[in-house]
Formats: sequence, structure tokens, C-alpha cells
Amino acid sequence: MEMTVRDRKVFSRVGMWLFILSEILIFGGLFLLYSMYRAKHPADFHAGSMELSRFDGTLNTIVLLTSSLTAALAVYSMQELDKWKHTAWYLAATIACGFTFLVVKTFEWGAKFEHGLYPRAAVLDARPHGEILYFGLYFTMTGLHAFHVIIGMVVLAFVLNFVVRRKITHERNAILENGVLYWHLVDVIWIFLFPLFYLIS
Amino acid sequence: MTHSESHTRTHHLRYVGIWAALIALTILTVTTASLNVGRIGIIIVLAIAAAKSTLVLLWFMHLSTEKRLILKLLVPIALCVLAIFIGLTYTDVLYR
Repeated sequence: MEMTVRDRKVFSRVGMWLFILSEILIFGGLFLLYSMYRAKHPADFHAGSMELSRFDGTLNTIVLLTSSLTAALAVYSMQELDKWKHTAWYLAATIACGFTFLVVKTFEWGAKFEHGLYPRAAVLDARPHGEILYFGLYFTMTGLHAFHVIIGMVVLAFVLNFVVRRKITHERNAILENGVLYWHLVDVIWIFLFPLFYLIS
Repeated sequence: MTHSESHTRTHHLRYVGIWAALIALTILTVTTASLNVGRIGIIIVLAIAAAKSTLVLLWFMHLSTEKRLILKLLVPIALCVLAIFIGLTYTDVLYR
């Protein structure tokens, strides 16, 4: 039995959504851990949250939301308009936003390290137990998320390359669609990370 | 031609509109958090986060136009189950 192009599109979409499901469960486990420790040490989590830069968090939220817009427009330009040059520019903008996100994150983490707020640091170890847990979760969860941003940028760079070389076209664009779905997933995870770490003080 | 052009513009505007709504919700959540509303604050910021992720899932990830029921419901059901897990564990630890 021959698979039609339509079948292939559906199968690739099913595979992508299953992958997204597994990613949500990975982060879900960490969010579960977060909720337990927060229930046990609400005051310490509150104090830990005071140390984060709300400005940096908000800025990065806006950067990621904007990157999601350009990513969605990249798919739209290819699927609805058949304008591959627009798709290429939107993808480049998305990757640039991802890079901006990482730069802000680097400065943010750098400031924490300067103040001795990193795992196993003497300054942090002297703090209350809940704050140690808070910063442990902060570095684990935002670190894993940043790692996803990097992977997303690499994936989109490959997609951009395929678009420019006209391997991804109006007719065949499952890689573009799925790569962008991954990018939106990274955005959705950040939508929950942001209030839980930055906005609870 | 004119028809398809206007069709195009509405589509573009829809994505920009969703983005504007997401930015507005972000500003709302940051403002709420700085108002010091007490214990209810965490519920408000989480409700806004849920609203934002719903917008992204429905309109950016195209679940609103997904025709296959299994794909349409897969991730929303998983998120609901996860919310129940986390909610129950949280209250269990809180009132133990």
C-alpha cells in the first residue's frame, strides 16, 4: 500500500505532537517538584524570587513571544502565500530573538554567579534550606529551557538552510511546520516558568 | 486579486493580534504581581499563564483548525492531567 503525501503529512504531525507530549511531561515532572518544595518553603521561595531581576524576565518573555509571532508568520508565508523569501527572513528574525534571549539569560545568570548564588556556593549554602532548593530549581529549569532554546535555534537554522536551498517548498514543508511547532513549545514552557520564578515575591 | 489580498491581510493581522494579546497579558501579569494582592496572586498569575499558553496552542500551533480529534485533544488532555497531579500534590504537601 502506497502512502500518499497527505498521509505522510498527517503521520509527521502525529509524531511531532507525541514528541511535544513527552517534552511537556519532562518539564511537568520538574513543575511537580517545584510545587512540592514551594508548598513546604513558601517564605524561602518568596525571598529567592526577590533576588531575580523582574525586568530581565519580562524582557525575555516579550522577546520569546515576538519570536513565536515571527515563527508563525514564517509558516504562514510558506503555506498560504508561497513566498519563501518572507519565510527565510521570518526564520532569521526568530533565530535572532532566540539569540537575544540567550544573551539576556547569560547576563542574568552571570549576575547570580557574581553574588555567589549558584549551586554548592558557600554564600548560597549559608542561606535557608528553601532558598537553596529555589535556586537549584531555578538553575535546573531555566537551564533545561535555555538548552531547548539552543536546540530550537539549531533546528530552525537547518530549516532556514533548506528554505534558502529551495528544499522546503509550498508543497513540501513538514520540516518547517514541525520545527516551528517545537519553537512554540519552548515559548509555552517559558510562559509558565516566568510567573513561577519571577512573579511570586 | 483584491479579494485574495484582503484575505492575506486579515490572516497576517490575526497573528499580530494574538501577539498583541499575549504582550497585553504579560503586562497585566507583571502589574498584578507588583500590586501585592496576597495569596490570591499566585492563582491570578497562573490563570494568566494558562490563558497565554491556550492562545499559543490554539492559534500559533493551529490546534483551533486541527481536524483530527486525537491531535486536537492530545496535549490539552495531558496538560489537564498534569494540572490535576500538580494541584493535588501541592494541596497534599500543604495540608499534611
